[in-house]
Amino acid sequence: MDGVNYLHVKVGGLLFVATTRVNLSPALVLELLQRIARVTKDYLGILNEDSLRKNFVLVYELLDEMIDFGYPQTTSTEALKSFVFNEPVVIDAARLPSLGPAALFIQGSKRVPGTSVTKSVVANEPGGRKREEVFVDIIEKISVTFNAAGYILTSEIDGTIQMKSYLSGNPEIRVALNEDLSIGRNEYGGGFGGGVGMVILDDCNFHESVRLDDFETDHYLTLVPPDGEFPVMNYRMTQEFKPPFKVFPVIEEAGPFKAEIVLKVRADFPATVTANTVVLRVPLPKTTSRVSFEMEPGAVGQSTDFKEANKTIEWSCRKIVGGSEHTLRAKLTLTQERNANIKKEAGPISMSFTIPMFNASRLAVRYLQVVKKSKSYNPYRWVRYVTHSNSYVIRT
Amino acid sequence: MNADNRKGELAELKGQLRQLAGSRAPGVEDLKRELYKKVISYLTVGIDVSSLFSEMVMCSATSDLVLKKMCYLYVGNYARGYPELALLTINFLQKDCQDDDPMIRGLALRSLCSLRVKNLVEYLVGPLQRGLKDSNGYVRSVAAIGVLKLYHIAPSSCTDNDFPVTLKALLLHDSDPQVVANCLCSLLEILSIEGNVSEAALREKESLLHRNVILSLLNRFKEFSEWAQCLVLEVVSKYVPEDAQETHDMMDVLDDRLQHANSAVVLATIKVFLHLTMSMADVHQKVYERIKAPLLTLVSSGSAEQSYAVLSHLHLLVMRAPMLFASDYKHFYCRYSDPSYVKKLKLEMLTAVANESNTYEIVTELSEYAANVDVAIARESIRAVGKIALQQYDVNAIVDRLLQFLEMEKDYVTAETLVLVKDLLRKYPQWSHDCIAVVGNVSSKSVTEPKAKAALVWMLGEYAYDMSDAPYVLEGFVQSWAEEDFAEVRLELLTAVAKCFFKRPPETVQILGAALSFGFADANQDVHDRALLYYRLLQHSVEVAERVINPPKQAVSVFAGDQSSEIKDRIFDEFNSLAVVYRQPSYMFLDKDQRSPFAFSEDTGSSIIGPQSPGREDLPSDIDARDNDLLLSAHEKEDSRAVSNGSHGYSSSKFHTLQEFTDSAFAPRSPSPTQPIRNARATPLPPAAVSSTAASPLLAVDDLLGLGPSASAEPFPPLKLNPKPVLDPASFKRKWGQLTVALTLEYTFPAQAMVGLTGPQPLVRHMQTNSVQCMASGNAPLKFFFFAQLADAPANTGFFLVELVVTTSSGLASAKIKADDSSLAPAFADSLQSALSKFGSL
Repeated sequence: MDGVNYLHVKVGGLLFVATTRVNLSPALVLELLQRIARVTKDYLGILNEDSLRKNFVLVYELLDEMIDFGYPQTTSTEALKSFVFNEPVVIDAARLPSLGPAALFIQGSKRVPGTSVTKSVVANEPGGRKREEVFVDIIEKISVTFNAAGYILTSEIDGTIQMKSYLSGNPEIRVALNEDLSIGRNEYGGGFGGGVGMVILDDCNFHESVRLDDFETDHYLTLVPPDGEFPVMNYRMTQEFKPPFKVFPVIEEAGPFKAEIVLKVRADFPATVTANTVVLRVPLPKTTSRVSFEMEPGAVGQSTDFKEANKTIEWSCRKIVGGSEHTLRAKLTLTQERNANIKKEAGPISMSFTIPMFNASRLAVRYLQVVKKSKSYNPYRWVRYVTHSNSYVIRT
Repeated sequence: MNADNRKGELAELKGQLRQLAGSRAPGVEDLKRELYKKVISYLTVGIDVSSLFSEMVMCSATSDLVLKKMCYLYVGNYARGYPELALLTINFLQKDCQDDDPMIRGLALRSLCSLRVKNLVEYLVGPLQRGLKDSNGYVRSVAAIGVLKLYHIAPSSCTDNDFPVTLKALLLHDSDPQVVANCLCSLLEILSIEGNVSEAALREKESLLHRNVILSLLNRFKEFSEWAQCLVLEVVSKYVPEDAQETHDMMDVLDDRLQHANSAVVLATIKVFLHLTMSMADVHQKVYERIKAPLLTLVSSGSAEQSYAVLSHLHLLVMRAPMLFASDYKHFYCRYSDPSYVKKLKLEMLTAVANESNTYEIVTELSEYAANVDVAIARESIRAVGKIALQQYDVNAIVDRLLQFLEMEKDYVTAETLVLVKDLLRKYPQWSHDCIAVVGNVSSKSVTEPKAKAALVWMLGEYAYDMSDAPYVLEGFVQSWAEEDFAEVRLELLTAVAKCFFKRPPETVQILGAALSFGFADANQDVHDRALLYYRLLQHSVEVAERVINPPKQAVSVFAGDQSSEIKDRIFDEFNSLAVVYRQPSYMFLDKDQRSPFAFSEDTGSSIIGPQSPGREDLPSDIDARDNDLLLSAHEKEDSRAVSNGSHGYSSSKFHTLQEFTDSAFAPRSPSPTQPIRNARATPLPPAAVSSTAASPLLAVDDLLGLGPSASAEPFPPLKLNPKPVLDPASFKRKWGQLTVALTLEYTFPAQAMVGLTGPQPLVRHMQTNSVQCMASGNAPLKFFFFAQLADAPANTGFFLVELVVTTSSGLASAKIKADDSSLAPAFADSLQSALSKFGSL
């Protein structure tokens, strides 16, 4: 526009915008904006309009140090600490309804990186004593497409190991991953020759601070974590895995103006794990005028909705325990005589969910070792897993 | 907040600040902080707090760093608007520049350089010089950027004080990587601006690409921050290594960058790799293999915006080497959660990577999308299926699928499919029987979109033999002629009825009559003309008419591509830039005067200040004729587009040039040409000939054939050009966009002329003496945009626009000429050529 290019990223409902008149790398700008958002979040604890408004000065200060005359300078939270002096005005998280755990999960599923699984302590707790903590989150987004016969057409896992460190003195940390991990499919003849138990990643990339000296042999990453939140490693995997949910849709014709859809969902994961905020969406034929639902007896925390505007039914379950099965029956009333192929008009079914403490890839952190400086030094270490749905589609 | 209220608050703040200014009481700093914060948040929400300037400065005599920073921020914001007030701050800023704390030194220096007040430049030089020699890296890196800021305020005082030289020394020897990075970006920016005026700076800039510099940068590569790494990589990508060994060494050093989590670093590295291996085909291919996995990982990590940026680059690579990605087609499957812009890109990539082994699966997947809720994507995927069909030899399965789409009975699916089936039939006429059987079942009433309707009508006309009810369906269409809103369909209908007539005369003759009479009465010029043309052709001789309207067709083997390979190459050269995302070379979307590597010619700079905006009403009347001309040619474009369903293979620019010749040949213009290009394509007659000669075709054709070549061979009277034409860049851009290329010209500079042509400037000056002005020029490759104007032409008319590209190695210059009045283009080309030939002989 007028020779000015506008680039933006959207993080947590805020838009970070950059403008440029030269033909520079879009990836650079977007990464930078993303980084600015993350650093700001590290400083403010929470990133939203209110916290920005209360911390104008601090944000200016940060921007001043991060970018000089349009050239990025330092963007690591840790390095900035020595230049930035304003104290953040901390916004109380509890007062903000939008930041409940559920909201965070939703953000996560929108592929916002830098969203830690649960809210943790704010970076600079003013006055208070800092708690020695380090969080490692393994966040996986899974994409699966089933065909009409229930077979998996494509499946992919995009995972991130996120770390958020509040350790003083920046000690070295060792993250040990699965013993049976291997990277690159080609080495093992297409990835299937490597044994059934193997965890095979197609490809991965690492944060700057990670040293990979021992990765090839012992599968651990050594790093000196910078302050704040950052992705240690991103990985991608197309190895076959057991999808956490199976959906069996049945579409039946029940007369010229009626049809019935039966959805059965089976949770294929251990009973110790519970999936949250499971939502199934089924697009219906355009001629659908009314839908009546029949839930299974004794269903708790389930709700159903027919969205008139886009002719979709939504079935949401707050919780699904591993190993359980749930069914929903939906009776449709059509305004026109249905076509021969109602199956073509309904679907594909899409599903979204979050499963804490579960990861489909079986990539695991065996241990997390903080290289100790003294005997008494024993920081809290947290390792958490979560699996989000990215694109979970069941074709009909 | 109303104005009075706000004034009151400001006054109150002012008073409080005054009070605090002198106070030394304990706790006063905290109070000040609160006040400053208030001021700054006012400033942020857009309230003018400049009236507090002097109070703010008074209060800034403090040792509190937080206060200082806020004060600097305030000052930096208002200094430009209030230079006299800014002077107040110079004193304490200069003092701070010599503070013991490096942090304060750096801060003060940065604020000092950010004042952007021209008359304070003298105070800047000293602190900057000291800053560059500071013992602290932070201060040095601030100073390095400070030099660039100084350059933008006052270029001469920057170069006069030898700052670039100092920067270069730091670049090679400084211990702090951030300083090195900042020196590099300052130098690059200064020298590329400076390089447009001075040759020395240009050479200086090239010397940055010297082996020593590159190696010293690469050797300490890992020390740089990720952003600095991007910058260095960008520079490295321009470097040409001495031998293959060096290339391999460089790639070894950079290889692990491909595993970086920052997509900017990865893309920059890929750019280096691609450019390094440009001349080594086999390694180049390995690079593709190597970068595939990291790119795919980047696409799936990161936010939607980032992954789109990466995906665009992947798209570019896929388009360049589809075979290499053929086995990765599954990665390009759309995900439910992808935003539609991502899906669209993926569909294009799927289309590109389709080959014999994966076609079946890809098409199966695409067929699923056809039922997508998102109508736009559904349409795209049907088109994608069609494109794949056009690429492949084994279309059997695809045709079946397409035909299945027709049975889905969704309007838009049917519409898209019909268009595709038509294209398919043009390429593979052997499938006609299968297709026609299904198409025949499509109820003509369910087709509403003009394109689809036109396609259906075309098929009815073309395959009138195979479709028993073709004449009757056409009859239905003709009867509802008045309700048909789209000229495109009516044109197609005329042609189809005519074709049907040749095939099944007894059944169609009445319909044809009806269609023609509807055509005569049609308000649309093109429809009217086509009806008239057919009528006269038929009158003249039915055989001739058939030869023109319904010639035997050859299958179209290649459809015209949408982007020329030249443009694609250019975008590829600009890998890792916005050009890839926009899919346009940068010169198409950047402001001419803002483009960094392109200089704005200084001499025309003065004429740009007053961009005249001629109101439409005060245009002299003789322009109307030309305007008409323009309008007409726009018409022709529309026309050729309308029929282009049938004539993708036909080069429309050729048509235009020919058209222009006929324009000059026949003084009174015959009615707008509307001949059916598709049909004319196969006839031996030049298309333009048929068009303008409705009255007596044969005679005129002879005439034209005799005239055409001789017209171009005739020497033109020398044009009188306006020595001082005025055209602002925006109008230039607009004209350039509107006009079609009237002529192209090639000229080879003699060797001695090339000696003088080391940069754009000499030629720019030379052309000026020949009344041809430069709008913009660029180096590497040498490229110019010129313009000239007829001597007595009224404002904003009679312009000639030229794009001239000079290949320095061969001296070959090729020019594209566009003109307001294209009939004068050949004459202008003559004078341009003579002007060029004089260059270097002076």
